[in-house]
Amino acid sequence: MTQVSSRVADDVRFVAKADYLKTLAKLREEGFEMCADLTAVDYLTHPGRNIAAGVLGEIKLERFEVVVNLLSLSQRRRVRLRVQIAESDTTIDSAFDLYPGTEAMEREVFDMFGIKFNGHPDLTRILMPEDWQGHPLRKDYGAGNIPVQFKGAAS
Amino acid sequence: MTATENIVAPKGDEVTAAGTNEGRQELQLRKDVSAKEILRGSGAVLRMSESEVAALAGTQSEDQTMIINMGPQHPSTHGVLRLMLELSGETVLRCKPVIGYLHTGMEKTGESLTFMQGGTNVTRMDYASPLNNELVFALTTEKLLGIDQDIPERATWIRMLLSELNRISSHLLFMATNGMDIGAVSMMLYGFREREEVLRFFQKVTGLRMNHNFIRPGGVAADLPAGWRDEVLKLLEALPPRLAEYEILMTGQPIWRERLQGVGVITRDEAIALSATGPILRSTGLSWDLRRDMPYLRYDKVEFDVIVGSYGDAFDRYSIRLNEIRESMRIVRQVLDAMPQGDYRIQDKKVTPPPRGRIDESMEALIHHFKIFTEGFKVPEGEAYVAIESPRGEIACYIASDGSATPYRMHVRAPSFINIQTMPHMMRGGLVADAVAVISSVDPVLGEVDR
Repeated sequence: MTQVSSRVADDVRFVAKADYLKTLAKLREEGFEMCADLTAVDYLTHPGRNIAAGVLGEIKLERFEVVVNLLSLSQRRRVRLRVQIAESDTTIDSAFDLYPGTEAMEREVFDMFGIKFNGHPDLTRILMPEDWQGHPLRKDYGAGNIPVQFKGAAS
Repeated sequence: MTATENIVAPKGDEVTAAGTNEGRQELQLRKDVSAKEILRGSGAVLRMSESEVAALAGTQSEDQTMIINMGPQHPSTHGVLRLMLELSGETVLRCKPVIGYLHTGMEKTGESLTFMQGGTNVTRMDYASPLNNELVFALTTEKLLGIDQDIPERATWIRMLLSELNRISSHLLFMATNGMDIGAVSMMLYGFREREEVLRFFQKVTGLRMNHNFIRPGGVAADLPAGWRDEVLKLLEALPPRLAEYEILMTGQPIWRERLQGVGVITRDEAIALSATGPILRSTGLSWDLRRDMPYLRYDKVEFDVIVGSYGDAFDRYSIRLNEIRESMRIVRQVLDAMPQGDYRIQDKKVTPPPRGRIDESMEALIHHFKIFTEGFKVPEGEAYVAIESPRGEIACYIASDGSATPYRMHVRAPSFINIQTMPHMMRGGLVADAVAVISSVDPVLGEVDR
């Protein structure tokens, strides 16, 4: 009985990459005024991720997933979009024109996962140094035993 | 327009030592940036059309302006925030925050710590309100475990007590640093003095002044110590006269008002568009507080007011925080009355270690204790996003679990990280001296910005 968790109550929607901006625009019309959070997950070592049957429809699971949490202040609701990004084409449209607040979040995802956002006004690394190699939150980027990279130092 | 055109291409010496360059983080000269970037940087996202800004960009000749660095080692930047300001005389034309100096890969670290250990990691993000970080991490883990409805009442009320006291201590720290930034240096001493009183209570309860790791998945680490009620009452008695002192020292002062009123104005639409939350959003007159609007813990059982401003300026944000201290005290009083008896953590053997006394007499309890602290507990597959109201705005935790004892991905939506985006908008057209007031009124914690 206690295993029925309220996570079922979360409104989660899988969106095809091609429909991403269209879906965002539609949700914005519906009253989701704020993009509370935008992040990504690298499912390299956990490709299955246990998704209920029928939820996915035509969408194929890919290595990367961009997760967008929208918030409606007027209706006090949240909705979460999950967009699959293939390893062979790590680009997605930027939500900047609809939600300017995603500017820093998309830069962070770009920095940490190497996912490029088409149409972002200033897509540069935000937390790591600008000449850093690799994208730290990818699963094939090992933690520890990595030589420290210094900017401008002779290698 | 095709998308890639808008990405600012690296200029000049692209080839760096590491052989990669994905664009400069620093503020660029106007001739080197796209109209869209100017639009964003000059805070015109909602005020001007792109063509208007492109036209405007041409009017400012570069030899009349100057780009200066503020920070990362400037005393008023609250840590290692670096701002690049484009100035024309004393007027700020553009501003770009450059962050990452405190980045230690805490989200990556979080992937190798068990759910049991994760609290020690997240508590170090927003070091001015560590208990709220622990709380949101614990709530997310509990949601994934499916035990979020089974947390004992006493644990929930202890969490509320600590969360509110933490809000008080965080806002007192704001009072101190804000005072110092504006030039009321004695305020810094007063603010820190009062905050210390709250931290002393935390030390009695959790053993530490900061970075407690006290709120854990399943409840809290220990019950409240004997005499806690008197300590809280002492605190509640000591604070109001001090707050009245602040009012005399700052709120009513013409100098203080001159420095803050009308400075760093942001409109409601801008704040929403930029995903700003907390006192920044409330200063624009929008009454939005997750404690009331999307209640968690038992906030629907206590009475409090959501403080809103009306002008969206630095003075509003100051007075909102000052009055939120009073509201938090009001909540704490109600928590004192309502604090139930009972367990302080869930009696679910899966997530709760056995009591200390049992370890001495039972081999099974010892094994259980050992297993839980070395291997942790397994969390079912899935993902969850839980948001709560931290002193700085909406702090949220997103965890994707693959069914093991460590999170597959742990992400914290840091309110400071997002709120920093409002700075260029607040500073545009203002004086460089007011830039300090704007930074201070956003109240960023750089540990949380950089994570």
